[in-house]
Amino acid sequence: MLKAENLLVAYHGRPVLKNISLGMEKGEILALVGPNGSGKSTLIRALSGILPVSRGTISLSGRLISAFGPAERARQIAVVPQGVQMPPAFTALETVLFGRTPYLNFLGQLSAEDERIARDSLEQVDALSLAGRLMGELSGGEQQRVLLARALAQCSPILLLDEPTSHLDLQHQMALMELVYKLARECELTVLVALHDLNLAARYADRIALLENGELKAIGAPADILTAEMLSQVYGWPVQVVKHPFQDAPLVLPG
Amino acid sequence: MISWGRSIAAPLQKNQPMRPYLLTLLALALALLLSIVIGSVFIPPAELWAALSGSGANGTFNTILWNIRLPRTALILLVGAALSGSGAAYQGLFRNPLADPYLIGVASGAGLGAVLAMSVQWPYTLAGLMAVPLAAFAAGLLTVLLVYSFARVGGSVPTTTLILAGVALSSFATALTSFLMLRSSGELRRALGWLLGGVSQGGWDAILALIPFLAIGLPALILSGHALNLLQFGDEQAAQLGLDTRRAKLVIIVAASLTTAAAVAFAGIIGFVGLIIPHVMRFWWGADYRRLIPLSIFGGGAALLLADVLARVVIAPQELPLGVVTALAGAPFFLWILRRAKMGGNW
Repeated sequence: MLKAENLLVAYHGRPVLKNISLGMEKGEILALVGPNGSGKSTLIRALSGILPVSRGTISLSGRLISAFGPAERARQIAVVPQGVQMPPAFTALETVLFGRTPYLNFLGQLSAEDERIARDSLEQVDALSLAGRLMGELSGGEQQRVLLARALAQCSPILLLDEPTSHLDLQHQMALMELVYKLARECELTVLVALHDLNLAARYADRIALLENGELKAIGAPADILTAEMLSQVYGWPVQVVKHPFQDAPLVLPG
Repeated sequence: MISWGRSIAAPLQKNQPMRPYLLTLLALALALLLSIVIGSVFIPPAELWAALSGSGANGTFNTILWNIRLPRTALILLVGAALSGSGAAYQGLFRNPLADPYLIGVASGAGLGAVLAMSVQWPYTLAGLMAVPLAAFAAGLLTVLLVYSFARVGGSVPTTTLILAGVALSSFATALTSFLMLRSSGELRRALGWLLGGVSQGGWDAILALIPFLAIGLPALILSGHALNLLQFGDEQAAQLGLDTRRAKLVIIVAASLTTAAAVAFAGIIGFVGLIIPHVMRFWWGADYRRLIPLSIFGGGAALLLADVLARVVIAPQELPLGVVTALAGAPFFLWILRRAKMGGNW
């Protein structure tokens, strides 16, 4: 569905993404892992179609992403960005309703259907009780869930999530990954999720893409990517990988 | 990251969506009435109705009403609406609560354009009157684009650089304006009176010349409410949510500069209206730009009318320049905003 070929992205002449080629299949969860500054956020922003690309192409269902209009693109790709500013004076529900933007007329008029979808989205992330609260009053984790609800309200077949679990407590972290898993399996959503927690990636991802210094070091099934040798080298820290005692997944243990 | 001070006003009650409009329009109606009846000659309400309906026996009241009060009231209303509406739009566009037409230099730029046009000695016809706001618009737009490009750091426009660039370009434009007025052999008196924030003497013609600018600018701003809301998330998120950010910002900047320039061309330097009224409306009714823009337009009209009534009565029979009244009321308010914002720790 979403495909990058020989992607080169540069800030002020300094390349941050070099020669990246990867494709995502419909209904797949692709986890994006790598050390700080390896280019995960930049790759997500580039794939969302809002960054100028120095070289290479990004295409969606065979069509160049730059050929899509903003609204048309937002109906296909929803993004949960990381560490972004949030206007504090909108309520959680109002914030989620902005996810309906690509479906509104030029007046920005919301229908009852839009509101229903927004409430459903809030409920999916266990945040319906926050609907009337102002964003400025919410905790980082609550804001993060509202942002995911906003992305869900876009009803797009592709989700790009930039460390959506970074501020979440254990329960909400697991609940979010379970939700993502369910959406991919039941609704055939295609999900790209940047994760710091390698064990979450091991447990939920169909494939893992490992970034290092803006380059795609490796991509493949979790068991093939999450090896002691590979991780120790990329992260610069000795890492052990054992078989998970209860699940069919590798378990990463920093040494 | 910029916070809107306490702009975190309580969100509006769902069951009273019309209340802000009703209250604001009520204030506007009151201001209109005061502006029409109060002045060097008081028009009693009973006579007002008679004069308005054309059945008045008192010819003096008729003349005062139709030749002086009504055109002045209409002009003040439109100018206040224009300054406040474009002020709200600039604040949203720059994501900066201090952006008003004067602080960011667009008004001074428009002023320079207006004086430039006045120095050409346009005749006092409708076409001649139109030339002034057109020149003001061109110069104002140029100024705001310059300020924006100087103030931009990466993708955002921080308060510090915005104000610095605005003040610098504003001073430059003001100095050029003074220079032109000293050198000009044209109608100095007209430009001088204008510069003091006096209302142009164009009568109904001035209003006819003003209306086309506002008829394009104000509806465009009102229709940009949803886009302004989205822009509060920053350009990147707004684009990811499906907004054509480039086009939306262009529409907003052109529409706001059009309305500002028209107001400046006919009413001179009237500061603070474009800053205060949007903030008052935001404090009272929340930060949703779909509501904030029209409320600022109505509220700005009402506020400037009230200021003009004050200007007429404070040292009657003499009149204070309107800019003096708005600055006297506006400066303390402005300082209060600065103080609050500082206490929020976000500046």
